[in-house]
Order: sequence, then C-alpha cells, then structure tokens
Amino acid sequence: MSDFPRWKYALVALVLLFGIIYALPNAFPPVPSVQVLATHGAPLDASVKQKVADALTAQKVPYSGLAIEGDHLVADFPNADVQAKAADVVKTALGDNYTVALNLASTVPGWLRAIHADSMPLGLDLQGGVHFLMAVDQNAVVDKQEERYADDIRSLLREKNIRYESVTRNAQRGQGISVVLRSAADRSAATDAIATEYPDLLVQDGPSTGDRFVLTAKVKPEKLRELALATIRQNTATLRNRINALGVSEPLIQQQGEDQIVVELAGVQNPAEAKKVIGAIATLEYRAGIGYPGDPRAVEAARTGNVPPDANLYYERGTNRPVLVSKRIIATGDELVDASSGVDQQSGTPKVDVTLSASGAKKMLDFTSSNVGKPMAVVYVETVYDTKIVDGKEVHIPHTTQEVISDATIQGVFGKNFQTTGLNSPKEASELALLLKGGSLAAPMNITSQSVIGPSMGQDNIEKGLRAVLLGLGLVLLAAAIYYHLFGLVADIALFFNLVILVAVMSMIGVTLTMPGIAGIVLTLGMAIDANVLICERVREELRNGSSPHAAIRAGYDKAWSTILDANVTHLIAALALTTMGSGPIKGFGVTLLIGILTSMFTSVTVTHAITALIHGNRKLKTLSV
Amino acid sequence: MEIFNHNSNVPFLHWRKISIVIAALLMIASVGLLLTRGLNYGLDFTGGISVEVKYDRTIDIADVRKALDEAGIENPVVQSLGGSRQVLIRLQPKVDGKEGAGGPGEGASARADKVAASVMAALRKERPDAVESSHSFVSPQVGDELKSDGSIAAIFVIIGIGVYLWIRFERRFAIAALLTEVHDTLVTLGVISLVQREFDLTVLASVLAVIGYSINDKVVVFDRIRELFRLARKADPEEILNRSINTTLSRTIITSLFTGITMAALYFFGGPQVHGFAITMLIGIVVGTLSSIFVASPILLWLGVSKKDLMPQTRDNPELARRP
Repeated sequence: MSDFPRWKYALVALVLLFGIIYALPNAFPPVPSVQVLATHGAPLDASVKQKVADALTAQKVPYSGLAIEGDHLVADFPNADVQAKAADVVKTALGDNYTVALNLASTVPGWLRAIHADSMPLGLDLQGGVHFLMAVDQNAVVDKQEERYADDIRSLLREKNIRYESVTRNAQRGQGISVVLRSAADRSAATDAIATEYPDLLVQDGPSTGDRFVLTAKVKPEKLRELALATIRQNTATLRNRINALGVSEPLIQQQGEDQIVVELAGVQNPAEAKKVIGAIATLEYRAGIGYPGDPRAVEAARTGNVPPDANLYYERGTNRPVLVSKRIIATGDELVDASSGVDQQSGTPKVDVTLSASGAKKMLDFTSSNVGKPMAVVYVETVYDTKIVDGKEVHIPHTTQEVISDATIQGVFGKNFQTTGLNSPKEASELALLLKGGSLAAPMNITSQSVIGPSMGQDNIEKGLRAVLLGLGLVLLAAAIYYHLFGLVADIALFFNLVILVAVMSMIGVTLTMPGIAGIVLTLGMAIDANVLICERVREELRNGSSPHAAIRAGYDKAWSTILDANVTHLIAALALTTMGSGPIKGFGVTLLIGILTSMFTSVTVTHAITALIHGNRKLKTLSV
Repeated sequence: MEIFNHNSNVPFLHWRKISIVIAALLMIASVGLLLTRGLNYGLDFTGGISVEVKYDRTIDIADVRKALDEAGIENPVVQSLGGSRQVLIRLQPKVDGKEGAGGPGEGASARADKVAASVMAALRKERPDAVESSHSFVSPQVGDELKSDGSIAAIFVIIGIGVYLWIRFERRFAIAALLTEVHDTLVTLGVISLVQREFDLTVLASVLAVIGYSINDKVVVFDRIRELFRLARKADPEEILNRSINTTLSRTIITSLFTGITMAALYFFGGPQVHGFAITMLIGIVVGTLSSIFVASPILLWLGVSKKDLMPQTRDNPELARRP
C-alpha cells in the first residue's frame, strides 16, 4: 500500500538523471591550450595551422591537438609548462598580426556540450591566473578636460567677436584656464559668454595690470568627479571588449571604487603578455582626411619622407596603403556613444552606424557642413607599454601604433548620428563597429598591483577542496548510517544526489567555483542532512507512540515537512541576502548556499520518500530500521 | 541507536534566569571586546601590502615575527603558506597624512616595492636563505559599496525573517528569534575578537552563514512549540516550552554534530584559505545550538506566549463565519 504517487517517482527519476548528466562535464578536466586569433585582417587558414605545427615540431614541443575552431586556432598541451613554452614558439613563428593567448580548452565530449552541459568555470584561486589592479590616470583626465575647454573658449571668443590676447592652461594642473583680454569690458563680455555657454566652468576675475585683464575659468569639482566616474566606466567597458576579443576564458573585469579596475584572467600565467593587452591604450580620432588611401601624394610622401606640415602620414589597416591625414582632430573616441553594424537600405552594402555625444555631434556638424565631398579619416591610436628591466628597475617604454581604419568621403552634413558605408563585407563592418565601440580608453591606466597565482597552487587548492568535500561527506554518510540504520542509508543516497544535483545546477547556470564556493558546498552538505534528521526523529517518535510502521513513515514525513519548510525558508532568506550583497567570496558562497538549500529540500524530502516508499511500500512491516 | 533518552525531561526553562543572565553577560562581554579589542581586520578590509617569502630550509613563524619586530616593522601578520618553508607576511599601510590622502595610484605600487624591500632586508639579516617570491599591493576589497549593500542586506534579512515568522507563527516568535539572532551574532564576533583571528571576507561570509544556521535551529524548536500548544488541552506555557526543547533536543544536537563534522573536515583538510570560514562556523554552531536550547525559549516565555495566540485563526475568525 504505497502512498507515494507514480508521477513523483517519475519526477525523482527525471531530476536524478538531469543531475547526473549536467554534473558529468565536471569529470572532464580542461587541458592547457594556446589560442591564436588573427588581428589586423590577417588570414587564419590551413597554412597558418601548418606553420604553427611546423614551429612546434621544430622546437620539439609536444601537442595533443591542433585545430581551427571558428575564427581561432586552438592547440592543446599536456601541461602548463609546455603550454607557456608553446605560446612563445607560436608567437615568434606568427609575428605581430596574430594574438596568442593562453587558455584552457574544454575536454567535455561534444554530445554533452550539444545539450549545453559544461563544466563549472574555476575561479582564479582554483586554476591560477593573473590578477591586476589598475588605476585610471586621473591627471590625464584633468589635462584632457582643460585642454578641451581651452580650445572651446578660444573658438567661443572668436565666434562672439571678443578680442583676446591669449587663452592658455595654467601651468599647474587643475588650476584652470587663463584668458587674457585687452579691456575690462571685453573681460566682462567674455565672462558672460563663457558662463552661459559652459555652465560646468567656474569663471573668476584674475589680477589685471595695465592692458592685461586676466580671467580664470576652472572646471567645477563636481564636474571633474562626474568625468572621473564616466571615465572609469568607459575604461571598464573598453577593457571588457578588448579582453573578450582575446578569448581568455572567464575574465573578470570589475570596477572597484572610484578609480580602480580589477582584472582577473584565469589560466593566464604570463603577466607581461596580459599586461601588454590590457595595458594597451587605444583611442580613436576622427580627422579631416587628405586624399584617399594609396593617393599619389601619399605614396610620394611615404617615399620621400616629405610630409606636409599640417598632416600625418599613416597606413591603412590591412592593406597597408599610405594615407595622408590632417592633423586637425574633429572628434575623439570618448565622444563616441555607440557604434553598430548593419546593412544600408539604399545600396545594400554593409554599413556602420555611429552615435556621437552632444559635444562630438556639435563639432562634427560644424566640420561636415563646410566639407561635404571631402574625405574624413578614422585613425586608431594604440599605445602599448613594453616592460623592460633597465639597471634593475622596471621601465615602461611606450610604443605607439597609429593606423587609419577607415577613410570615407563625407556624403552630407551630419551631427549626432551618421553612417559609414561602402565597406567591403559584413565582417569588416562588424569589426569596425567593435573597434569603434571598444577601441577607446577614456584615459590611460596604470597597473598598481599584480599578482600571479600559479597553476600548482590552484591545483593544490582544488585537491584540498575536493578532499574536504569528500571527507565531510563521507563522515556524515557514515554517522547517519550508524545512527539511523536503513533510514540513514536512504538519507545518505539522497545526500549524495544532493551533491550531484547541486553541482549540476551550478554548472548549468555557470557559477564560477572558488574556494569559498567549496566551503559553501561543504556547509550545505552538513546542513542538508538536517531535514533527514528531522524526519527520522519524527518517525522514531511516532513508533514510540505506538503507530504502525507505515503510519509512522507517513506521519513522520507529514509532520516534519512543515518544520523543514519553515526552517528552510528562513535560511533561504538569509542566503538570499548573502547573494545580493554580492562581493567576491561572499557572493560565491551565497549562491552556493542558495542553490544548496533548494536542492536539499528536494533530495532530503522527495527523494528519500521515494526510496523509502520503494523499500517499504508493499511489504507488511513489523518494525522499521530507524 | 539513540544517544539521548527520549523520555528525558530536563527542566531547561527552570534555569531560565541563570541562562538569560549568562547570555546577557556574554553579549555585554562581546560588545565590550568589540569596542576595546575590535576585530583584527584583514587586508580585504584595510588594504595593504603582502609579501610572500620562500626559505631554503624550514622556518619557524615565531622567528619571522621576531626578525620583523627587531627591524621595527609594525603589526605584521605572518602566516604559513602550506608547508614550513613559505610564509606570507601582510602589512597594513601606515597612515601618515600625505600618503593616506591620495588614491593608490603610481605611488602605491612604488610604496609596496619599498616596504617589500625593507621586509626582505629584515628577514635576510636573520636568515640569509630567505627569498622573496612575490609581493603585491592589495587595495581594500570592501569598499563603500559593499558596506552600504551589506547594511541594506542585513536589514533586509532581519525584516524578511521577522515578517516570515510573524506570518507563519506569531509576533512573539519573530521577536524572540531576532533577539536570539542578535545574541548569536554578537557572541560569535566576540569570540573572534577575543582570539583575534583575522577577520576577512570569508569570515564575514561565515558570520552571515551563522545567522542562517542559527535561525534554522530556532525555527525547529518554535515549530514544535506551536504544534504542542495546538495539541495540548490545557497548556502551561513553561511545561510546553520545556517539552518542546526536550523532544527536539536529539535533533538539535545531532544536526549540530553533523554540520560540525563537515566544518571540522573543512578546517583540517580544506587548506588555509578556508580556515577562517570553518573555525567561525564551528564557533557559530556551538553558540547557535546553545542559544536554541537555553536562550530562545526563555525569551519566548518572558514575552508571554500562550495557547490562544497559536490556534489556527481561520477556524474561529468571525469575518469568515459571516460570509455566505
């Protein structure tokens, strides 16, 4: 006379099956790999693969797999030491047009990945990696603002026909812009004009001697603060784009406080290399163009080295054709709000839609209204710091690359929104959009702290964590079996499945496993048995009160359920708070606890009930083993 | 097998005056400790410089401390890193007006270099085989955001748990649970302060987990109280509460034991990273278990819980009766 409905058996079987399948990928440890990504429009095909294979063979580096997956090449290696050596070999063999990143390749079989079953990503403490703390150079933010306002004031005064002697930044940073005028009347006119046009500036009269009437315009502190916050936000987004493009597995890029960004690259062991990527300072400049790429004048300039004084000679990305670009900057990358790629309705060719900020839009409007039909170039400026040891000290040597990524003819007057059309392929359009959007850091950054967690230390942590989980689990299983006999064994099976389902759910939603997360798992296992303790104690009580075994089981489950529910809901509220507090270890721990409480409610009540019903269901019982 | 006599009727409530006085004293002592000694905040909270040092031969932590002390390096935290040949030294930044004001920009990194150099000089003077394996500047992880988020979360938990208990049980249960909760948290923090264990983010997480554990523990006893009140024909609150504690006693202790076992496994085998977590949890389990037995119910009795308050309300709700 089993009182356990069939559909519940089916549910239990289904959930257990789900748990096993989705927990399974964690049994396949990832292998160290090297990932090659083509940049600067270089090809990535079989010949590149052959080149890599030849280089590795020549240097006697053993590799276990080499394949092109989508737009990147992946080579697998037996261990981290070989991986590091291989990365160097591949880098030397391929040169600058390829990015070589260290990574961990999944060994999860394809059929599992096809149903989105993947292993839990491991945190930095478990697989090793580099940790950087970067600080935004706030001085550069101030410099840039003051320079920009100086330019703006100059053009404003010209526009309003106010005669001035000079507009210069004060020598000391943050002290604003000095405007020297010829008369007191001019000064008050200038003060009014600046104050109305730029409400973010604080205008004050300075000392006046003879015919020099000085006026100081300072950027308001709250404006500077706002700018600093906007800067760090943009830098965080830019870093994220750049690191994502690199394909490092599970990067963590997080803003911390008002001027710091934390970057954690799991699996990466060479900080110098990582530094090069994240430390690269790239920005975009919209500039007036002179001619088109491959223009005879540009070719001539490239040949002779005679570049017109108002122009720079750059090369076009990919084609390497010389281009002459005016020194005049119309707008810069930090004035770009958004860029997205699409298809032009009229011509059917790929395009990139760009949105500028208000200040950028104004400048763009001014420029384009007088320059229709002339070229405009987008210049990509990237500064990489090479770290060298000179006299025992680390020296950072900047290394700047400037390239023209697009040179198009201005089709009409435009301001806030405009498009770049005539691109060759949708891929080129999406790459340009990504470059435009993610290419620019609003201000340079310094790395203020870095640490490397070795893979062996991560391995050590995993082993310790695993040992703690298994030992804790084993001891509780043993204790439960001894104390509650058969009911204890049933609880043990449920507890084991609780671990499996917990791991499955964590893997499925992609929770990054860290040491605090492991501590959460251990705690969950310890507390999950509580529900079974409650049930077993109830069953014992019922038996003592003279109930028949079947009635004791039924009453035990019924009566314990409300207690289990109340206890778990309150516990859940506490776990929810841990999760929402959300910083590093606390969050990792909270998420584990939250999932653990939910899974344990299912396993320790429904699963044990199903097994108990299976064992005792249709038999006449005299006693219960509890 | 049964460890506890199921017919036991230990008069826990009879000792309520003593147990409440002890609990109150413990709480006062904890607050006192927190105010005077404070918590030994780790780098997660304070920021600072950490230096990892490797030795060729075994080194005693005490010797490292002595060497640093002799060189006049203030308040170093020295920890063994796994074996007996590697140590981790953590220093909190000295606040000397000028440097304290600016953000940790370029200066911070340079300062870390300087501090690491002086630490290594001090160590090498005693033991020439000391080699620096790495040093890093660590900025405080616990920013203003976490502090404000944390307090909001704490308020959310208190209100959430309170409201739930109020709805499912009764007002007095919610109050008793929250008061005991405050007691458990304070005493756990008090013990951490007493032994001056480093208080880092994992310990904070553990303290918050203790809240979850201990509320769980109390609710089980409360549940039994509600049940017995509803079943009893004539209910003497003291007797009911006492019976509830006694009947749930074996569960209370067995669960604490089982959870304690896993935390002990974590402590002994989980490595130094989770030491703080496990030990805090162990303290919390002991405190939480004892307060479930000795503190929560006396408070409930004191608040004047009675059978009338716990009867299911729908049965004799006149509003419902009037409906057609």
